[in-house]
Amino acid sequence: MADDRFQAPDYYNLDELLTEEHKLIRDTVRAWIKKDVSPIIEEYAQKAEFPKQIIPGLAEVGGFGPYIPEEYGGPGLDQIAYGLIMQELERCDSGVRSTSSVQSSLVMYPIWKYGNEEQKMRFLPKLATGEFMGCFGLTEPDHGSNPGGMVTNFKDMGDHYLLNGAKMWITNAPIADVAVVWAKSEEGRIHGLLVERGMEGFTTPETHDKWSLRASITGELVFDNVKVPKENLLPNKSGLGAPLGCLDSARYGIAWGAIGAAMDCYDSALRYSKEREQFGVPIASFQLTQKKLAEMLTEITKAQLLTWRLGVLRNEGKATSAQISMAKRNNVDMALKIAREARQIHGAMGITSEYSIMRHMANLESVITYEGTHDIHLLITGMDITGISAFKNDGTQFS
Amino acid sequence: MKIIVCISKAPDTTSKIAFTDGNSKFDENGVQFIVNPYDEWYALVRALELKEANGGSVTVLNVGDASNDAIIRKALAIGADDAVRIDAPTQDALFVAKQIANYVKENNPDMVLLGKETIDYNGSQVGGMVAAILDMPYVSLASKLDMNGTTATIEREIEGGVEVIETSTPFVLSAAKGMAEARIPNMRGIMAARTKPLNVVAAIAADNATEIKSFSLPPAKTGCKYVDADNVEQLIDLLHNEAKAI
Ligand SMILES: Cc1cc2nc3c(=O)[nH]c(=O)nc-3n(C[C@H](O)[C@H](O)[C@H](O)COP(=O)(O)OP(=O)(O)OC[C@H]3O[C@@H](n4cnc5c(N)ncnc54)[C@H](O)[C@@H]3O)c2cc1C
Repeated sequence: MADDRFQAPDYYNLDELLTEEHKLIRDTVRAWIKKDVSPIIEEYAQKAEFPKQIIPGLAEVGGFGPYIPEEYGGPGLDQIAYGLIMQELERCDSGVRSTSSVQSSLVMYPIWKYGNEEQKMRFLPKLATGEFMGCFGLTEPDHGSNPGGMVTNFKDMGDHYLLNGAKMWITNAPIADVAVVWAKSEEGRIHGLLVERGMEGFTTPETHDKWSLRASITGELVFDNVKVPKENLLPNKSGLGAPLGCLDSARYGIAWGAIGAAMDCYDSALRYSKEREQFGVPIASFQLTQKKLAEMLTEITKAQLLTWRLGVLRNEGKATSAQISMAKRNNVDMALKIAREARQIHGAMGITSEYSIMRHMANLESVITYEGTHDIHLLITGMDITGISAFKNDGTQFS
Repeated sequence: MKIIVCISKAPDTTSKIAFTDGNSKFDENGVQFIVNPYDEWYALVRALELKEANGGSVTVLNVGDASNDAIIRKALAIGADDAVRIDAPTQDALFVAKQIANYVKENNPDMVLLGKETIDYNGSQVGGMVAAILDMPYVSLASKLDMNGTTATIEREIEGGVEVIETSTPFVLSAAKGMAEARIPNMRGIMAARTKPLNVVAAIAADNATEIKSFSLPPAKTGCKYVDADNVEQLIDLLHNEAKAI
């Protein structure tokens, strides 16, 4: 990739809504990305390899559990800081942000919120430094948008649990030291289990040949009569609401992350359109190009405001799952559209690895699918405003 | 080893430059400020390296108003132990130098490090003035600094070569590229900076010795003109009459 010349757009002076520490955190992540990740990301995406060497740096800039309290090895930052970190990571690559989202919201968050003291002390500090990597197993081959239908299950064998089943599309699975696995008890209730690498019958084959999130590693979790010690069950929450609580946190981060990807595409398109000349003038002087750029910046600015407000609500503990769904859906869709428009502005150059655009565009196809597809989030909003679930087409009334 | 690093605030290099008050003042509206890179990347980081190797303390010193606290926190996040802000609106170089000199005299550091210049007005004056007021040795534009007890061995890049200088503490040094490698703060540093002391002290009475009358921007860049390789006469004509370069 050419030099990372990124400059963040801030059309409505939203920086004034941030504290000095927020800005310092954001600028720190941005500086680290420019120094250590931008120069290598394209190569790793091309090779379809996760750049493992960035793990310590990612930990140092707060990429692993930024809101985890200091007593468990985290920096104890607020939700806006978490969002800004996600924005800067995804500005570079959705795969880098995914690594961080999974570790933070899908692994550390459930251990912090649903785990006991011993589990927290055992896992959180090592996950915060990146010494341990984690993954989150919810999706199954036959249960994606409908995770409640999962078949992965465990039996109480007296002194341990016996886990069977399989999870698919699991970010970081092949490199994970610990997996937060959602499985049904004999009573059919969903619980979280901490499955550790090395447990007999537990394997994590890698998923190959992705055209999207190529710099992030994905795999399966296969459980063949895995004996899970009883102390590895997360005791403090069960039911589908437990994994959904983690998803709220991750989706919130994605809403910020998508803004990062959109900003990068816009910034690159703006610069390119001023430098690239056709018919004797910069292509930025054509109305059609200006329309694209103006609409991009308008959408980014709207998303920034929406997401900042969501962050304030989350800091106050007031953000609802449905509000988070709206932001995730809006922002990822916005970023994907901007990536496509930005790619057009870059002409043929836009399809090469000289620019980040095509990589963002391909990455965002995963982002618009995982953590609740675009349409599922629409149904969540629909259910929230009408009180009627359209998930199953049976018109069930929700109170 | 007690080190004072003087840091100043500078507009981010990507800022749009505009002026107010009849072109006599820089328009700060919408401008993002950063620690002057020469102070941060070279003076501060070298100070931290010396402290890490020899023990001691690094204090960052800034002359300015409360709007400078953000850049001071960044210096603390990178690793300075504490900070002092001499509370005064930014004035000319002599005013700033007098404030720094006064603080240095009262606190007796082994050395005062600062960047070779600030990237806003590029005056390059403060270091020399501080040294002169305190009657201390001053080495400008240093690209290397090694300490052996109280002896400093300093390198300066000069036209076509390198000059090696020896001096002893206390001294004032302005740092240039090569002195150290920029450090990015980490989250631990940012958290630690929350509770590190930032002492605000009153300025001493001092007058400005100079006054800025006006600023003007360079003429707008015009496009590239291409001259045919055979048309040397046209090239000379353009260089002579249009660019007035020859
Ligand atoms: C790169 C990548 C990484 C991932 N990482 C993880 C991970 O770490 N952990 C994890 O647990 N999962 C992960 N996932 C899985 C992801 O969460 C699922 O892919 C997602 O939930 C969608 O499930 P599905 O792919 O089975 O699609 P399906 O659920 O089969 O959906 C297919 C289509 O049908 C639509 N659809 C489904 N139900 C309805 C309905 N009721 N009404 C209208 N339309 C509907 C969907 O919107 C979609 O368009 C990852 C996925 C990818 C691509």
